Amino acid sequence: MRLGGARTLRERWGRAGRATRWTAAAAAVAAAAAGGGLAWNAASGEPPVTSRHQRIQVVDGPKDDQRVWLDTTFFAPVGAAKGPAVLLAHGFGGSKDDMRAEAEELARAGYAVLTWSARGFGASTGQIALNSPDYEVKDVRQLIDWLARRPEVVLDRPGDPRVGIAGASYGGAIALMTAAHDPRVDAIAPQITWYSLSDALFPNATGEGADAGVFKKLWAGIFFTGQGGQDPCGRFLPSLCSMYQEVAESGRPTPEAVETLRRSSPASVAARITVPTLLIQGQSDSMFPLDQADANARAIARNGAPVSVVWFQGGHDGGDPETERVRRLVRDWFDRRLRGDADAPPVAGFTVTRAGGIDSASQQLVVRAASTDRYPGLAGASRRTVPLSGPEQTVHNPAGGSPPSISALPGLGALGGLADLGGAGAMAGRLPADMPGQSAVFDSPRLTEPLQLTGAPTVRVRVQADGDATLFAKLYDVAPDGTATPARRLAAPLRVRDAAGGREVAVTLPGMDYRFDRGHRLRLVLSTTDMGFATPAEPASYKVRAVSGLTVPTVPSLTTPPAPVPAWVWGLPAAGLAAAAAIVLTGRRRGPARDFDPALADVPLQITGLTKAYKNGHKNGHLAVDDLSFRVEKGQVLGLLGPNGAGKTTTLRMLMGLIHPDAGEIRIFGHRVTPGAPVLSRLGSFVEGPGFLPHLSGRDNLDLYWRATGRPPEEAHVDEALRIAGLGAALDRSVRTYSQGMRQRLAIAQAMLGLPDLLVLDEPTNGLDPPQIREMREVLVRYAAAGRTVIVSSHLLAEVEQTCTHAVVMSRGRRVAAGPVAEIVGSGRRLEDAFLEIIGSGGTA
Amino acid sequence: MSGVEEAAATVIGATAADAAAAPGYRARRTLPLRVEAVRQFRRRRTLVAFGILLVLPWVLVAAFLIGGDPPEPGEAPGLVTVATESAMNFALFAMFVSVGFLLVVAVALFCGDTVASEAGWSSLRYLLAAPVPRARLLRQKLVVALAYAAAAVLTVPLMSLAAGTVAFGWGDVRLPGGGSVPVGTALERMLIVVAFVLVSELVVAALAFLLSVTTDSPLGAVGGAVGLVIVSNILDAVTALGGWRELLPTHWMWAWTDALQPQIQWTGMAKGAALSVTYSLVLFALAFRRFRDRDVVS
Repeated sequence: MRLGGARTLRERWGRAGRATRWTAAAAAVAAAAAGGGLAWNAASGEPPVTSRHQRIQVVDGPKDDQRVWLDTTFFAPVGAAKGPAVLLAHGFGGSKDDMRAEAEELARAGYAVLTWSARGFGASTGQIALNSPDYEVKDVRQLIDWLARRPEVVLDRPGDPRVGIAGASYGGAIALMTAAHDPRVDAIAPQITWYSLSDALFPNATGEGADAGVFKKLWAGIFFTGQGGQDPCGRFLPSLCSMYQEVAESGRPTPEAVETLRRSSPASVAARITVPTLLIQGQSDSMFPLDQADANARAIARNGAPVSVVWFQGGHDGGDPETERVRRLVRDWFDRRLRGDADAPPVAGFTVTRAGGIDSASQQLVVRAASTDRYPGLAGASRRTVPLSGPEQTVHNPAGGSPPSISALPGLGALGGLADLGGAGAMAGRLPADMPGQSAVFDSPRLTEPLQLTGAPTVRVRVQADGDATLFAKLYDVAPDGTATPARRLAAPLRVRDAAGGREVAVTLPGMDYRFDRGHRLRLVLSTTDMGFATPAEPASYKVRAVSGLTVPTVPSLTTPPAPVPAWVWGLPAAGLAAAAAIVLTGRRRGPARDFDPALADVPLQITGLTKAYKNGHKNGHLAVDDLSFRVEKGQVLGLLGPNGAGKTTTLRMLMGLIHPDAGEIRIFGHRVTPGAPVLSRLGSFVEGPGFLPHLSGRDNLDLYWRATGRPPEEAHVDEALRIAGLGAALDRSVRTYSQGMRQRLAIAQAMLGLPDLLVLDEPTNGLDPPQIREMREVLVRYAAAGRTVIVSSHLLAEVEQTCTHAVVMSRGRRVAAGPVAEIVGSGRRLEDAFLEIIGSGGTA
Repeated sequence: MSGVEEAAATVIGATAADAAAAPGYRARRTLPLRVEAVRQFRRRRTLVAFGILLVLPWVLVAAFLIGGDPPEPGEAPGLVTVATESAMNFALFAMFVSVGFLLVVAVALFCGDTVASEAGWSSLRYLLAAPVPRARLLRQKLVVALAYAAAAVLTVPLMSLAAGTVAFGWGDVRLPGGGSVPVGTALERMLIVVAFVLVSELVVAALAFLLSVTTDSPLGAVGGAVGLVIVSNILDAVTALGGWRELLPTHWMWAWTDALQPQIQWTGMAKGAALSVTYSLVLFALAFRRFRDRDVVS
């Protein structure tokens, strides 16, 4: 047959190493150019692996008379002179190059690795004999002979190397076959391979054997004809080719075909496999389903050999290849079973990987491994019977078997993985088409708790037909909303012979690991057609009835270790905390040890040597405030005078603790002022304009400001402050509606809240009209007369002259005069003249 | 005046810091949380922000009712296609559409505006001179801002649940990846989602807060924080950065969707939370240090 994309599918059959193909190809080119040499993985900086390729001549055939050249590559162990040997076998349709990446990994782990192209593949000569004991097995035994002569390989005794074999699919079968035929093999790790090729190609879920099996035509066609080329038989042995053609034409197994396939199967020799075996089988595999590994496991365990079984997500249908996990398992297996390293991580008796969801960050399916000590087999460690309901149903086989239902298709495994997420993925719901009239459906009740199925469920079914009946049993997961999706995209074909009077058969459904959620139903579907199989061409009708519940195997002891969370998840916040602490605790400004001077306890304000430079400050080298000192006594109204830029406001800001002085100090009632110093609570200030929350009313602003100071309401003296503000009804309007003068008055009222001992006002009369200015003046004088102290900064000299008792004149950051106003003015001068004179001299000083 | 004399009397010989202060002043009583909450609450931006967040679910409900049920997609359904399944589905969808930008803006607004707007109004210097100690002022403001931000984040799912119950009824939750979970489980999942979103928005809050103490412009602080989130998102789209993207503060912003899978995936959320907490700690510390040493000239 010729399927579009058959080549791709064939490659899937030879699953191993496609992801690494380009690396392998590049490395092969390098090796070919050098005639063997170093493959250096510069990108990862891993140690180089010495590899040498050579052709090895072997002699095989039933009479040991056929000479075949095998194309091989030997990888010397890294970091050791000698190591155990591992033979890595490629999949069907592949070649030794597929195995390079895995071989290098094993070589780096200290193994001597030999890869080869099997006869009929790659650059090797000969024809494909399907892992026949007369051909391929003899070849591999001679490769073991070759290994025994290598100085890099550890020997158990002369001519008997310590050797393991691993490989997938076609390569996995040769591992099993060789282990049965050559006692020198010490451990094997076959993956996604068969137990009985005849059972795999002619499965029969009734357990009546391949003779009555249903031909798996799609996979078989890809298998046998995918070799391509001009010759329809490709590189197959002519006898195998004609056997296939006969079977494919009739769709029925012949006894000869079954016998030939059995000879190429571990089933024929399983009793002789006595080495530790790691069986890795895919959950997305309709070609060699889990029952093949199960049969291998049971047969080998019966011989007393240690067996571990792994069900991973991949398989011939596709799905997540889990390359890293599979390779690690193989390495661990050989470390323990081949090298005898007791410290190597043990491989559990049974491991199942489960799709746990999608990592939203990477958009990757998260797959976790659940494991338990012992492999319980497809019958599970325990069983639960789920009742099935549904009347007897009549299903029809369409003439020509078309249109067929679709369950598994080569390459559709990835979708199965998606469906496994929740059972109702919309995409998964579309593809498996069950044609109308072809399927009988039997549902379980809704599950009252989740059900994790691990193994192959069984059910007894009664079938009535005119002659033989061919049916396909499938398991669906029905969501509460009625959406049915296949639990796994697998069908178990069954042929019921002589069902005229009605026959009851036990049907084993495909083995799988699947979780049914609470509220979901299990659905058994029996359909008459399946695209992957050969079905009868003549139209027929069958009566079908489920006569038992569905026996669902479970393995409760399978446990998933908690998802690994990288260590930095805990380390990073701890480091962040440490960094935060360091940021906050270092670089504090150190205040002087003594911050209260009792001698100054009655002095409202003393400024000593105060100096401040702004960082991007004055171009001409001036400091904003330069060595300023003055003192204010109780009851004084002090005017702070100076032209713009004299440093008045900067001084007041330092007084409020808003900016840090570079040198000098400010003491209020003897307490040194630092940002937030408690003594600031005795200071009322209005500096550089009002600051209110514009969305609140004046009253709320004052109220919330006072509450923000945390002081008791009775200390506020709100009424006195409000009288000064004189805002009247406007007090209850939001501040954003106020005029400049109203805000100004409100700000002065805020400064006076709590009647502070020291009141600092910066340009208090800005925006006030003359009557208000006069009133303000009186307020300040009265305020000071009550024993408090007022500092007024202004550039309106007349105002200072009329209000203040004392004045400090500043220019360019320096104090240029200080004292009672009368003294500064002198007699008969106006303050203005004095001021101009002072700052003139101060400027030149 | 007797008050002054009393004050002076208490000062002399006193060593406790507060003894120097005016009567009744205690540093640890300044700027109570309630006062700060009231100061912020009556602001128009607060009311508008909450108004938008409260109305949004109803707008979405209206959109779904007008537009009809979302079509069944040809591929794995997203949160939008199952949004009308139940109230909880709808709430999850509302979270999904809000997290990327709306909630970022809301959180940045509350945390970025809080100090910068006081500086802008000049009210900051009067609070500091009151005096509210700087660290305390920052702490109180941070607590209130975070509370408002958290309330904003909680508003969306709560209102959506209400709106969704009215419009789509209360029932099992269909998960976007397929399958459904009963309401009880879904509520737990919802709590996990909300908790993670709160933690993951913490980094936005911290960034906005740091900018807030750095600049006097509230718009600059809020816009800066939102802008950096956008830049982070853009960098996150550069796949060439590979593993480095995992260190971007917004890389894990959607990790909460991992709680909506049949089996919760914790790894992404754990990483996201760890990263967010770490960034936040450092940014908050920088904010406190910066504010402590800063000259307030606004």
